[in-house]
Order: sequence, then C-alpha cells, then structure tokens
Amino acid sequence: MALRNSTLFLSGTAALFLLFIAMLGHSVYARTAALPVLDRKAELVRTLELTDLCLFTEASYTRHLAMTDLNTPFQDAPFSFEHFPTGALVSPPERLVRSHGQRN
Amino acid sequence: MDFTLSSLLRRKGKNGALLAVYTLIVFLLASVLFFTHALRQEAALVLRDSPEIIVQRTLTGRYAPIPVAYGDRIRGIRGVISVRPRLWGYYYDANFLANYTLVVPGDNPPKQGTIGIGAGISRMREAFEGDTVGFTGFDGKPRSFTIGSILSDESQLVSADLILISEPDYRSLSGIPSGFATDLVLKVKNPKEFTTIAEKITRLLPDTRPIVRNEILRTYDALFNWRAGVIIVIFGVAALAFVIFAWDKATGLSAEERKEIGILKAIGWETSDILLMKFWEGLAISLTAFFVGIALAYGHVFFTSSILFVPVLKGWSTLYPEFRLVPFVDFGHLAAIFFLTVVPYTITTIIPSWRAATIDPDAVMR
Repeated sequence: MALRNSTLFLSGTAALFLLFIAMLGHSVYARTAALPVLDRKAELVRTLELTDLCLFTEASYTRHLAMTDLNTPFQDAPFSFEHFPTGALVSPPERLVRSHGQRN
Repeated sequence: MDFTLSSLLRRKGKNGALLAVYTLIVFLLASVLFFTHALRQEAALVLRDSPEIIVQRTLTGRYAPIPVAYGDRIRGIRGVISVRPRLWGYYYDANFLANYTLVVPGDNPPKQGTIGIGAGISRMREAFEGDTVGFTGFDGKPRSFTIGSILSDESQLVSADLILISEPDYRSLSGIPSGFATDLVLKVKNPKEFTTIAEKITRLLPDTRPIVRNEILRTYDALFNWRAGVIIVIFGVAALAFVIFAWDKATGLSAEERKEIGILKAIGWETSDILLMKFWEGLAISLTAFFVGIALAYGHVFFTSSILFVPVLKGWSTLYPEFRLVPFVDFGHLAAIFFLTVVPYTITTIIPSWRAATIDPDAVMR
C-alpha cells in the first residue's frame, strides 16, 4: 500500500528535526572535546606573545588586524584605494574608529 | 494536510524552485552566521592571553622601530611590572609570492642558524624538519637556515605563517640595529589600570601608541561585523531575495490557485479551512527549507572548513591557514533565522488566500 503524502511529509520533517537536534548535540560535544586544543593554542599565543589570528596573509593590515593603523591600507599615495580583497571583509579596529571619527 | 501536499505537488516545478531558492538563502545566512560566530568565539578563547599592553612607535603616522631605552622610562610608571622588547616583522618570499611573519620568541628562541616554521609554510614550500631554506636579507645577501621544528598543525589559525627565529638572525635579516625593537610588551600589576597606564605612556612618550589587550579582543569581537564590507552585501542580497519572495506571495495568487480556492468554497469548505490549508502549505515549504538550509550550513562550515568561503578568505594570498572551526553555535542566531524566514513567509502565504477566500466563490471562479 502506498504511503499517504502526509505520512511521508511528517516522517521527513521528523527526520529533519532529529538531524537538527543531533547537530546541536554534536556542537556541544565537539566544543567540550576541543577545549584542550584551544588551551594549547592559547598557550602558544601566550609564549610567543602573539596578538592576532592568522586569517589573511596577503596584507599586513589584515594579517595583524589589531595592530593596524589608518595609513597602511591606503599605502603612500593620497586618494589611493585600499586594494587587497580581504580589506573588504573586515572592519578597522574599534580603537582607530573611535579616535578618527564615527563609522555611522 | 494530505490535500495541501497534493496541491503543492500539482505545482511541482514552481514549488520545487521556490524550496531550492529558499533553502539556499537560509544556507547562506546560516553559513555566514555560523562561521563568524565560531571564529569570534575561538578568537576570544585563543587570544585571552595575548600581551597586556603593547607600545608601538609611530613616525608621521607610520610604524617605526622603537628604542629599547623607551622601556626604561615606561618601567618607571607605577603599576608596570615588566617591559620587554618584542622583535617581529614580515618577510616577503618572492619565489612563492607569500608573506611570512618573523617572530623572535621571548622564551626558548631557536638556536642561531635554525628556525621554526608554521605548518602553512611547511605545506606550501614542502619543507620539513632538517631541510635548509634561504632568505634574502635587507642588504640583498642570501642567508640560509635549517628548519629545527614545525609548529603544530592544529594551531594553524594562529601560526600558519610564522617563522620563529633567533634575535641575532632576525637583526641580521631585517637590518633593525641593536638598541631598537619592533615594539614593547608590558606586564601590568592590575588589569583595571590598563587604560590609565596607556594614557600615562602617551603623555610620557607622545610618539608612541599603546594598544591594550581589551582592544585586541574587541577587534576580533567585531570581526566580520554585519556592517563590514562583503558581509553587508550577503545580508543585503539575502534580504532582497526574501522581500521578492514575500512580495510575490503577498501580492496575490495565480489564477489557478484562486480557482482552486473558489472550488473548495463552492463544495463547502469554510474560510478557516482554506486558511489552515494555506498555513500548512507555507509551513511545509518554510520549515523544510529552514531545517535543510541549517543542516547544510552546519556541514559546510564545520565539516568542510567553509569550502565556499575559502576563495573569499584567501584573497590574493598564496599562503593561508587550513583550519577547522570549533562548532560554537549561537541559539540566538538560529532563533533569528527562524523568525526572519519561517514566520514571515508563512504569514505572507495566508494573507492573499484570506483575501481570495472571503470573496464569493462564484466571483473567484469566473
């Protein structure tokens, strides 16, 4: 006997809901399991006195985002554009924005 | 519900396309939110022990090496426990078109002639422990170093591009004379005094720029902020696509759908029955899109290392970290996606149907 559409739909939705719950469970489990790794990374940051994540390596001002200034992204030429693609992904540090005017 | 589903299946093409686009929007939004939240959380945990205060020197708005003697004056400020010169900088490798970060570790630096490299450099250059690599110094003369160690693979998010080098080698390669450092690292007795001490340093040495740890953490807390560049474009496109959906639904039903409502009313369905049917129709599509979109986004960000975002993150760099984020999921973000997609869509499905269902069936069918 063919299954009714509603049975198929409700079974599918229930399966998706279970997947959603499993995802949340995995998130909690993986977070706990990753704590030692995060501690080791924090220890490396402490011993090497690092200040930034190594997310982008193409430009100094996105490699060391927390250390950047307002001049570097625009190089030396007045009116020149900031031209590295990753510069479009991140905002300047709050410290710079605060000392050089409002963003909005 | 069976009738609703059959009605949806009768317009397989249209509803299938709708479901696919809807799922894609949820996937995109959830991927961005998962990725940015996980990265911010990881940054907060990993950078919690970064230097308390860093003092840089600026000349006409640009960095300049700082005299180590500045440290003696800063040490005189009450509350400062220690001041240590920090040596670090960049090296552009013209052969591999890659930027490296040179760091002289304060504790256990490598022996002279030996370096430690990040896993990203090792992978890119296919260089391993015991190999010899050459760099060109500031004077144009080549210098060779033996790789003594490779930093752990798991720490690529902070160390992929690092080169750990001894102080004499660093000075010989970079040309920074003794008596100067890249910046100064301070330890302070009381964390509450960070700002006060930073202000005192600026007054004492006006050509310096102190950066306190809280500012570093705040920088990463605002990383990929919704107002930042591409992120606002993604959110804008998603919002626009959703407005088009909602507009399409809210402005009316197709002639076929109106006819269907008319027939149902003619055979005795109440307005409430029709609204319930449309409610199920909206819910079936939006709930399925929500669950599938979220599950795909979770897999994309936390199992495939955000493979679709990689080209954007790489930019023009040839050296990039390979990392898998810890799945920090914010329930607030999930709730926001749910309430911004499922709820409005379901409501906009009901409104035009209510309008059609309250008209005389004869007029609707004509």
